[in-house]
Amino acid sequence: MSRSLRPLVATAVIFAIAYGLAVMQFPTMFSTRVLGNFLTDNAFLGITAVGMTFVILSGGIDLSVGAVIGFTGILIAVLIAWAGWHPLAAFAMALAIAAAFGGTMGLAIHFLQVPAFIVTLAGMFLARGGASVITRDSIPVNHEFYSWISSLLIRLPGGGRLSVIGILMIAVFIIGALVAHRTKFGSYVYALGGNETSASLMGVPVARTTVGVYMLSSVLAALAGIVFSLYTSAGYPLAAVGVELDAISAVVIGGTLLTGGYGFVLGTFIGVMLLGLVQTYIIFDGSLSSWWTKIVIGGLLFLFIVLQRLIFAASTPGEKSS
Amino acid sequence: MADEQFALEARGITKVFGNHIALDGVNFGLRAGEVHALLGENGAGKSTLIKILTGVYQATEGQVVAEGTPITLDNPQHAQRYGIGTVYQEVNLLPNRSVAENLFLGHQPTRFGLVDRRKMERESRAVLQRYGLDLDPSSELGAHSVAVQQIVAIARAVELSGKVLILDEPTASLDRNEVERLFEIIRDLKARGLAVVFITHFLDQVFAVSDRVTILRNGKLIETRPLEGTTRTDVVRLMLGKDVAFSGATGVEDERAVGEVLLDFRDYGKKRSIHPFNLTIHKGEVVGVAGLLGSGRTEMARIMFGADAADEGSVVFRGKPIKINRPTDAIAHGFGFLPEDRKVEGIFGDLSVRENIVIALQGKLGWFSALNRDEQLEIAGRFGESMDIRAASLDMPIKLLSGGNQQKVILSRWLATDPTFLILDEPTRGIDVGAHAEIVRTINRLRDEGLALVVISSELDEVVAYSTRIVVMRDREMVAELTGENINPGVIVQAIANHREGPPA
Amino acid sequence: MMRRALSRLANPQLLALAGVLLINWILFPNFFRITWQDGRLFGSLIDVLNRGAPVAILAIGMAGVIATKGVDLSVGAIMAVAGAVAATLVVAGYPAPVAVLAALAVGLLCGLWNGFLVAVLDIQPIIATLVLMVAGRGIAQLITEGFIITFNDPVLVFIGTGSFLGFPMAAVIALVLMVLVTLLVRRTAIGLFIEAVGVNRAAASLAGIRSRMLLFLVYGLSGLCAAVAGIIVAGDIRGADANNAGLWLELDAILAVVIGGTSLLGGRFSVPLAVVGALIIQAMNTGILVSGFPPEFNLIVKAALILLVLIIQSPLATRIVPVRVAAPEARK
Repeated sequence: MSRSLRPLVATAVIFAIAYGLAVMQFPTMFSTRVLGNFLTDNAFLGITAVGMTFVILSGGIDLSVGAVIGFTGILIAVLIAWAGWHPLAAFAMALAIAAAFGGTMGLAIHFLQVPAFIVTLAGMFLARGGASVITRDSIPVNHEFYSWISSLLIRLPGGGRLSVIGILMIAVFIIGALVAHRTKFGSYVYALGGNETSASLMGVPVARTTVGVYMLSSVLAALAGIVFSLYTSAGYPLAAVGVELDAISAVVIGGTLLTGGYGFVLGTFIGVMLLGLVQTYIIFDGSLSSWWTKIVIGGLLFLFIVLQRLIFAASTPGEKSS
Repeated sequence: MADEQFALEARGITKVFGNHIALDGVNFGLRAGEVHALLGENGAGKSTLIKILTGVYQATEGQVVAEGTPITLDNPQHAQRYGIGTVYQEVNLLPNRSVAENLFLGHQPTRFGLVDRRKMERESRAVLQRYGLDLDPSSELGAHSVAVQQIVAIARAVELSGKVLILDEPTASLDRNEVERLFEIIRDLKARGLAVVFITHFLDQVFAVSDRVTILRNGKLIETRPLEGTTRTDVVRLMLGKDVAFSGATGVEDERAVGEVLLDFRDYGKKRSIHPFNLTIHKGEVVGVAGLLGSGRTEMARIMFGADAADEGSVVFRGKPIKINRPTDAIAHGFGFLPEDRKVEGIFGDLSVRENIVIALQGKLGWFSALNRDEQLEIAGRFGESMDIRAASLDMPIKLLSGGNQQKVILSRWLATDPTFLILDEPTRGIDVGAHAEIVRTINRLRDEGLALVVISSELDEVVAYSTRIVVMRDREMVAELTGENINPGVIVQAIANHREGPPA
Repeated sequence: MMRRALSRLANPQLLALAGVLLINWILFPNFFRITWQDGRLFGSLIDVLNRGAPVAILAIGMAGVIATKGVDLSVGAIMAVAGAVAATLVVAGYPAPVAVLAALAVGLLCGLWNGFLVAVLDIQPIIATLVLMVAGRGIAQLITEGFIITFNDPVLVFIGTGSFLGFPMAAVIALVLMVLVTLLVRRTAIGLFIEAVGVNRAAASLAGIRSRMLLFLVYGLSGLCAAVAGIIVAGDIRGADANNAGLWLELDAILAVVIGGTSLLGGRFSVPLAVVGALIIQAMNTGILVSGFPPEFNLIVKAALILLVLIIQSPLATRIVPVRVAAPEARK
């Protein structure tokens, strides 16, 4: 088994065991209703995490995604509720702004040669600040398009419902997997995360790929913001605070090496589902408190970081302690 | 003479970095269907020439000509389009990706916009078979041996380029069988009409596979000649710039008196790095180490200092067995080490000259008995003066100093610790004449004061002048120890070349 | 000596601070007015010192971490943990000194955990400290059992809101800590070793400096400073808020250190200048508040500030505007 598959398999096994145990305790967790809600509730996180997967595969990190979600939600709400735009036009606007935003971050990272975390941190401040400057309040969105979207459901046998945003997330994962594993751009992203010098010598357009990766991440975060807007029917500048950490955790738990170069988009899906499972379990249990989510995620994160360290010890690029 | 059409040719190439001339009017012609060895010590200009031929650098003056047409190369991809491919010493592929992707990255066959993996892997298999590799193209490259990775790199370069193949020290980390396998491939490519440039430090390999050789020294072309009728000694002499007929103005006649035994390395070695060696070092002597780049001379220095841990053998220091697993162990016994790569391992660029001088002494003193500023200034000032360090201020960052002055600072760093044993790896490389003389003077002075020194240098004149004994390294092995009359450039050159013209004592 | 002291005052950070204060004064003429009331000083300037103290304290610890080429993302979460420990213990009836010491010990422990991941397991600092950044708030909530624990313990409240010689206690603690840590790193060889490791780890190893203990020290110190900041913040609001205490302050602390002239790539660092960096950030915050702009502008201004500092520090800028003409040297 190739090394990069091992963390993924570990995640899948942990998920299967955890889900099995949960179902043994609460048989109702094994129902299409729970599974359907699972997808809907985690849709925005999943979409964000796909973008984050690309960023981390390329050896970077994007701390701005939560803020982009918040900004998108507010922008859409304002455009629809105050300016009277059609939601689809507002969505297009939000995606375009996000593309420009992410592209700019990519340019800064490449040309200023500074760590991605500090640039995307500035991006986070900017997006969060921008959202708060537009308004500090929660703005409800009441548009028939929203009601229409939420009425579109695929009813599953067993009373479950598959929502548009749940389907959208699955679509994003499928397309994301295709892009990562079956396009030249995808291979460039892996190349960049593997070794930037080699990649450049082998003819990978480093600048273009870096810009593309952060653009993709921001666009997907904006898409997640749209989903979040549909999900909550409101925009709030402080929405999705800390989602970047959940997304990073999901990516790492899903088996992507935090230093880049190894990983699968599908793994991120399992990672997101595992995070969702922890949350659902805690809700089902009732006696467990919500903070256990964070502790469990932190524990899983640690587990996977150490696991990766062991598996990739021999070949991890970067400085060696002498 | 100029009308011979080469597959690739450099005409009068000069390359200047700042005020340093890396290449000075070098001509280099490569014929189709030949293996052409490019030789020279560090700083000779090999890698600069290669980088100009592959578009990484642009020449300050001169022309690159491909099949008679002058060309301008802006980047490696550009060179690829003219059929010039390169394989670097550190395999510059992606160990995290599949073999097939490494072969085709950037040129993957696509279908409906998506990479056609099946086709890519099928074609990969065919390519690999041509190079005698039967492996799964979908397997991760990093899972294979360095030799296989190297062959994949060659395959990529040849498939994408196809006319000229530049091999930059491809054998550095291969064992004998792997090297032989690589040579078969090189011979095969030659038969297919490729022009191959082969850079290596191993003379055996040069003679095993090359047709012609070009030797560079200090940025200048020394000679291009066919290997037929050329001896190893000729090659070494050309590389080191030494005439065997050199008459020693060395004072070897007086057997320098040496003191008591200070250190004794017994069967000391490290697997895959340096064969076990025996070396006894006395007080008041300089043991010169001669050998070409890659001969194991630096590896020897590093395990003596604990920069790399030895995995066999023992050390006796002043009659007592000691362990040297880390530099701190060595320093505790009064060792000092001036590394070969000043910039990467020597200086702390952003720190001041003063701090760079006191750091090792302070490291010895520990966290809490800090030298205060005045003490630091006193120490730094003392060595600044005695070593003639030219710095506008002792508080300026060392990175602003010239290479020679940086080297004097690092030497001062160790002298400040009041050492008993110093290991100097190429102390005079790439520095100006004044600093050079100062360092040689210091080596002589330290020897006379009773210190023990091991000095690695490719400047034979210099080693001969200050050494009481010379050990010669070849192929990661200590192959000779020269004393008395044998301390002369001619004997050293022969020992390095392993030529049976006159066996050294 | 005198001239050296003077030339030190003329550094860009202090000039920037003066500039920000000056702008504040233009926008809000009463900015420099300080009054004496109930045995303590009041005024916008004092407010800057008081509000800036937590970030300044974080920056004191962060400076050493960044100087070793590292970063500590967990300090905000450690603040929450320390605040939760202190609050829970005083509410449970333990005397305040015990609560404070326990909180400090927990902070130190968190820092040493980070140090262990970085120094022993050799995990990249940003990744290693991410673990506590994610889990820390959960741990804090676990301690407080999800409630905002309020207290009235006079000692803790004094630490958060009291005053000493008229100056806010938080600012006094920050000052004392700054002096102590500066003495610790500059009167010993620790500062030099930290910089040596940050500038060139390979050369440091060859010069006989062991980086492992140093890494434990800097991360431990960072955790300890975070705990101090956490206690102050808890005392200030008379309660431990596991969700919001110290939220995003790690980023402010990193920014403060970077403004203080330490490169994210490690090397030279200055604890006092990092504190000045924190004061610059706070002066901007206060300025935006007192001049009537919505506080959200803060974030945008901060973003602009990061970009500005990055551009100034980037290799690109040094290529365009060479700081000093280097002695020409052969490059290879």
